[in-house]
Amino acid sequence: MLVDMLVKMNLGFLGIALLFYCVLAGADFGAGILEAFRGGRLKNEQRNLIGHAIGPVWEANHVWLILAVVILFVGFPKTYALLSVSFHIPITLMLAGIILRGCAFTFRQYDVVRDRSQNVYSAIFVVSSFATPLMLGTLAGALLLGRFVGSPSGFADTYVWPWLNLFSLSVGVFTCALFAFLAGVYLTGESRNPQLRALFTRRALQASWVALVMGLAVFLSADYSGLALRSKFLSNTLALGCMGMASVLWIPLWWSLRRGQKLLPRLCAASQMGFILLGWFSIQAHEFLALSDPAPDATLRSLLYALVTGAALIFPALYFLFRVFKR
Amino acid sequence: MTDLFAARSQMAISLGFHIIFAAIGMVMPFFMAVSHWKWLRTRNPVYLRLTKTWSKGVAIFFAVGAVSGTALSFELGLLWPKFMEHAGPIIGMPFSWEGTAFFLEAIALGIFLYGWGRLKPWIHWWSGVAVGISGVFSGFFVICANAWMNAPQGFDWANGTATNIDPWAAMFNKAALLQGVHMVSAAFGAVGFAGAGIHAAGLLKNPESKLHRAAFQIAVMIGSIAAIVQPLHGDLLAKQTARLQPTKLAAMEGLFRTSKPAPLLIGGIPDVDTQTVKCGFHIPYVLSFLAHGDIHAEVQGLDRTPKEEWPPVAVVHYAFQMMVGLGMWMVVLGAFALFSKMRRNLWLEKRFALRLFAISAPAGFLAIESGWVVTEVGRQPWIIYGILKTKDAVSPMPGLVVPLIFFTFVYFFLASVVTWLMVRQFKHAR
Repeated sequence: MLVDMLVKMNLGFLGIALLFYCVLAGADFGAGILEAFRGGRLKNEQRNLIGHAIGPVWEANHVWLILAVVILFVGFPKTYALLSVSFHIPITLMLAGIILRGCAFTFRQYDVVRDRSQNVYSAIFVVSSFATPLMLGTLAGALLLGRFVGSPSGFADTYVWPWLNLFSLSVGVFTCALFAFLAGVYLTGESRNPQLRALFTRRALQASWVALVMGLAVFLSADYSGLALRSKFLSNTLALGCMGMASVLWIPLWWSLRRGQKLLPRLCAASQMGFILLGWFSIQAHEFLALSDPAPDATLRSLLYALVTGAALIFPALYFLFRVFKR
Repeated sequence: MTDLFAARSQMAISLGFHIIFAAIGMVMPFFMAVSHWKWLRTRNPVYLRLTKTWSKGVAIFFAVGAVSGTALSFELGLLWPKFMEHAGPIIGMPFSWEGTAFFLEAIALGIFLYGWGRLKPWIHWWSGVAVGISGVFSGFFVICANAWMNAPQGFDWANGTATNIDPWAAMFNKAALLQGVHMVSAAFGAVGFAGAGIHAAGLLKNPESKLHRAAFQIAVMIGSIAAIVQPLHGDLLAKQTARLQPTKLAAMEGLFRTSKPAPLLIGGIPDVDTQTVKCGFHIPYVLSFLAHGDIHAEVQGLDRTPKEEWPPVAVVHYAFQMMVGLGMWMVVLGAFALFSKMRRNLWLEKRFALRLFAISAPAGFLAIESGWVVTEVGRQPWIIYGILKTKDAVSPMPGLVVPLIFFTFVYFFLASVVTWLMVRQFKHAR
């Protein structure tokens, strides 16, 4: 019973780390996605605003992923090993995206000479901002499908098709749309220029349409890929509730966004993301728990201590960071 | 190429790449803090310019270090799933603390880099110091985990599984303290010498430059002190290796036969087939003294270890020689710098001294890389010393040469771009 509690609490921290990664770092990737859709005359202003908005925070936001990985390999080492082997290729592609996005962004910000190389950095930044969430979402989709390395079969059947399929890729595109939507909402609040604000509000709306369509595509492609997602979803009250909450939050979101408020739209959009994740988590959690052979008691306990102490140090520092730059 | 060799090469390239950026991210914040402090105290504008020039470099190095470090935390599982399955729960402690320290480092860096004019000057200064302190902690915790691979502790091993796990005992294993101190201090020495060398080159080109002079003075001081203390804990670490990993020490020294007393080998080409050393220079008694503090002590040679459990002897020996040679050179230069400092820069800014420092700019980083080869290659064929072999930990996925080529390309590309960016920065600095 106590061990069960420990597992659940560590799993909770894993969920929190993923949530913050999606809500914060997700928007940083989303900003890169939005940059692909040039704003006409506002192109340079758009680029500057994005640089200004994510510059101070992207590295801190990015650490949530490291935290999630650490919790996974300390607390659930067998799951980590299984996922690493099964999804070697998409994880590698995601890492390439993470490396190139971070480097290209920093090079663009800190190159002392401003010349044509800026365009190269920007191109890499935009492409990798697409690729990373695409692979992240694909991984989430592949996790839902749950076709892990097991019975010996050909290379492609073992290492490629479990993630390179219609359903997983749909989840990937869905993730891109969600991140772009978050970025649109956040960036609307970053600018004082009314034209830029209108542009980003429009982008947020467009991204949310794409997300809606892709959400439907996820359910349709699940059938095609042989996953009974609908029945899993409909039989899970928590998942249904999450979907309901995410939908209802549209109303205060658009209401407050149009009135030029800064905090409320961000909270609404982040909560929507959170509810979508929670819905996914509630479907996935059972299988995850069944799959995972958690680490021994002593490890889980010391991990929990580290996480609680770490949280006590990190959250005040994060609060200070966001208060200085995002007020 | 076997999958095992591909995986080992990918790990070597990734870590060899990351270690440079990690060291810079750990040490440069302290350089900036010194310069920033001088600006706040003296209001001499050259220190403000220097702090800002350095912080542009740090932003680049830190970002590359952060993303390559993220890649590593995944690569551990991608390449060595069996290792992580066993080791994860045991050495999770230092990794979770490292996560916390790195988190604070990233937050503090964001505050420092973008905090000009937004924070009170001294709060801003402290945010820079916080980057350095959390960076040192973060580096130390990672070394704790690596030290555990050399001195595994905090569990019982039976039938291929670990039981009775004690995460604290694993974290504070016997090798952790000395290895951690040696690495952190090496980072200060390497970054100090690299900084001193680069700014010495700047002074040679532009002798009137106040910025290069100020930068050279800060870097040379920190680098010299670190270089001089480096052999002290290096000696303790060697003594510890003689106890904990005698095979590694024997490979480092090219000592095939157990000897009493044992001579120190300088240079030489170890030949594993004939178990002899060609062209080497032996100093009697010295290895016994260095390894055990007694000129008559017995030093265990490779003959006490079954041959299939030998590391690649020549590689380890050459790497060790290179590390020690470079370290000694840095001690000489460091002592010279400190001595001249005491004599009020009598020789330090003469052209010959600046030239010496300029050509020694890469010395510390070469020493770090070779020291890392000593500890990692010297542990082979084990991934967890005496417990799990590297070949039993590798991923079952075939075709690991593909990610090797991919990551090699990415890191080579990034290294070229970063070098190019630094050259641009250097040309810009006056």
